Amino acid sequence: MRDVIKAFFNRPTGWIGITLLALVCLMAVLAPVVYPTSPWEMTGPPFARPGDAGMVLGADTLGRDIASGVMHGARVSLLIGIASTLAALLIGVTLGCIAGYFGGWVDTVIVRFTEIFQTIPNFVLAILLVAILTPSIATIILAIGIVSWPPLARLTRAQVMTVSTREFVQAARCQGQSTASIVLRHVLPNAISPIIVAGSLTVATAILIEAALSFLGLGDPNFMSWGFMIGSGRTVIRQAWWMSVFPGLAILLTVIAINLVGEALNDALNPRISRA
Amino acid sequence: MTDALLSIRDLALDLPHGGDRARAVDRVSFDIAANEIVCLVGESGSGKSMTAHAILGLLPPKVTVAGGEISFRGENLLRVSNAQRRSLRGGAISMIFQEPLTALNPVMRVGDQVAEAIFTHDPSVAKVQGEERVATLFGQVGLPDPPSIARAYPFQLSGGQRQRVMIAMALANNPSLLIADEPTTALDVTTQRQILDLLKSLQRDRGMGVLFITHDIGVVADIADRVVVLREGQVVEQGPAQAVLGAPTEAYTRMLLDAVPGRGSIKGRHGGEAPLLEVRGLDKTFVTRQGLLGKERRVVAADGVSFTLNKGDTLAVVGESGSGKSTLARMVLRLIESDSGDILFKGANVRNMAREPLRQFRRRAQIVFQDPYASLDPRLRVGESILRGPTSFGATRAEGLAIARRWLDRVGLGATAIDRFPHEFSGGQRQRICIARALALAPELLIADEAVSALDVSVQAQILELLGELKSEFGLSMLFITHDLRVAREIADRIIVMQRGRIVEQSATAALFDAPQADYTRQLLDAVPGRSFFAARLESNNI
Repeated sequence: MRDVIKAFFNRPTGWIGITLLALVCLMAVLAPVVYPTSPWEMTGPPFARPGDAGMVLGADTLGRDIASGVMHGARVSLLIGIASTLAALLIGVTLGCIAGYFGGWVDTVIVRFTEIFQTIPNFVLAILLVAILTPSIATIILAIGIVSWPPLARLTRAQVMTVSTREFVQAARCQGQSTASIVLRHVLPNAISPIIVAGSLTVATAILIEAALSFLGLGDPNFMSWGFMIGSGRTVIRQAWWMSVFPGLAILLTVIAINLVGEALNDALNPRISRA
Repeated sequence: MTDALLSIRDLALDLPHGGDRARAVDRVSFDIAANEIVCLVGESGSGKSMTAHAILGLLPPKVTVAGGEISFRGENLLRVSNAQRRSLRGGAISMIFQEPLTALNPVMRVGDQVAEAIFTHDPSVAKVQGEERVATLFGQVGLPDPPSIARAYPFQLSGGQRQRVMIAMALANNPSLLIADEPTTALDVTTQRQILDLLKSLQRDRGMGVLFITHDIGVVADIADRVVVLREGQVVEQGPAQAVLGAPTEAYTRMLLDAVPGRGSIKGRHGGEAPLLEVRGLDKTFVTRQGLLGKERRVVAADGVSFTLNKGDTLAVVGESGSGKSTLARMVLRLIESDSGDILFKGANVRNMAREPLRQFRRRAQIVFQDPYASLDPRLRVGESILRGPTSFGATRAEGLAIARRWLDRVGLGATAIDRFPHEFSGGQRQRICIARALALAPELLIADEAVSALDVSVQAQILELLGELKSEFGLSMLFITHDLRVAREIADRIIVMQRGRIVEQSATAALFDAPQADYTRQLLDAVPGRSFFAARLESNNI
């Protein structure tokens, strides 16, 4: 474990990614301290340019502070990114494990079920789910989780299949260990590293899907989010660029940070790369 | 020596920091004359492959040349430019690798691959001429029907045929030096025999110098003109093959010679009468299908296999790869389900066992696998791997730890090994851990599936000795799967010879070696490397 952490920080992608990510987390944590008033509150003149009227990043069409919105938005984006990825991992890893370890007709049924989800365009299904279930944080997380699990399930299945043919797994079966113990203690730990990496990239996609949903007006109306800000600023982008550019930059930075972390994790968890 | 084709002087190669020693090889000097076979022998890690790779500049990125000289026809190969080295590679000096499967491009016809080697070195050769040369080469290396083999893809050929293709490719540009890096290690004994004979006759016909790398001193006895014994990167002994093997001056060389299994008198005896394991009419056919509408491929792994293992006996199952011997071991434990037949363990049919009885049966019948690197969970401490067996059957963790400690001590690793990870151990030590793990459950039957095949000869001898001791100490019965008749001779009371899923001979060890019944058994016996040499050596020792 110590080796993995060392290898992670030894590569530039690792520490750059983690620094950027820490910055975003800091924004999320400090938002209520720096901007105690709600980001929906009108605190200045509409269309204030960045720097005008004490607003660093300007104001939107109704005079809401962009800087406050960006900081408060970080909370929603991170929450949705992480929670929906956990949901996707829970569904994907469980199904993938069962399919990969047991094989046979169980595998066939699960793979066909996964394919049904893969043939429906992700984003369309997410819109549909949120629209039917009425937009709220919980339904958005659920919808993103439901559309993101199939690739994770397929990856887990492939990993589990290769690991479970290895001899130490057969040795564990011969030792009389229970199936649950074999899967959880021998197979999964040896199959998990690419799944962790794929999971970290899923966080980035989840943030993008949330932004896109809010852009279409399907976000939670109680929480300020980056996607909503871009959506509401898009009609006036030629007069007031700052309304969409700053939340856009925030999304870009967060997604890059998570991608870098994922890439560095991939290298660090692969002993052949990290120990070379 | 003035007539040396290749001469290596004081070669030293530095390993990167943190390796198990500072230098891969140090002060290595030897010559290869035109028209002779020099064998480089040593255990794994002795630096023999590194030396060979240094000749063609194929060293891994972090290994650097620290000194010395490799001269080929008077030219120092360590100083030549990359372009010169490229023209030498596959031209005047060529190489054969260990794995004939991975050394060929899987998506290219083998004829085209050999032709490519010709065109690369001489672009002026016309296409038709090149193809003719390929056909001639294939004929020379003993491939049947060269034109049709040339159109085949590597996966359509057997291991021996692929190695012949590799040899043809190496000979394509009439090299004066051929480097063969363990070319027969991955092959069956009978195929190994054919390839060795082929190499020897090609060498004689063409007057090539050959550097042959191997860990098997039996192979050395068969083909070498001169021998260089390497240990931990240093030359221990070198000289003409007869002198070195016949009257070794160094203790290490003697140790290598004595470690070769299957000499000595046969230890097998007639065991108990009560049957422990009875297998009757076991069948298994693997059917694979490419895609939904693809044609079926059927491979028969077991065809009416029947045998009995008596209590306290060791039964060896011998056969080439693909003979179904490993499948048999796995079917007995129901790691692979058989199609029909009966497996009776103390009279109870294993094939009908439900969950819990099967678990109890597996406790009594443990297995040690071939590859000690693949059969231990890399992320678990050794002690944890061992104690999970006992704790699955109701022992507390503390009891499990005590059992693990006792067994690690018994197999000769010391109880301190308990907190270490598998990658900290060598192959032989890992195999000891696997044995400890199997015996921690106090089994009555131990199945050893090629348990010593992946190990060096000297380590092999130690593990065989340990297994023999444990067997008599705990009254174990053993089913010993191996491809090597020499190993079977060391340990078995009775031997079964399998070929393509069928038992071709079944008899007591002494009877099998004295008077083999089946043709196939005789073929196997004749193919054992260094057979005549060791037979002569044994006789002279007895006098």
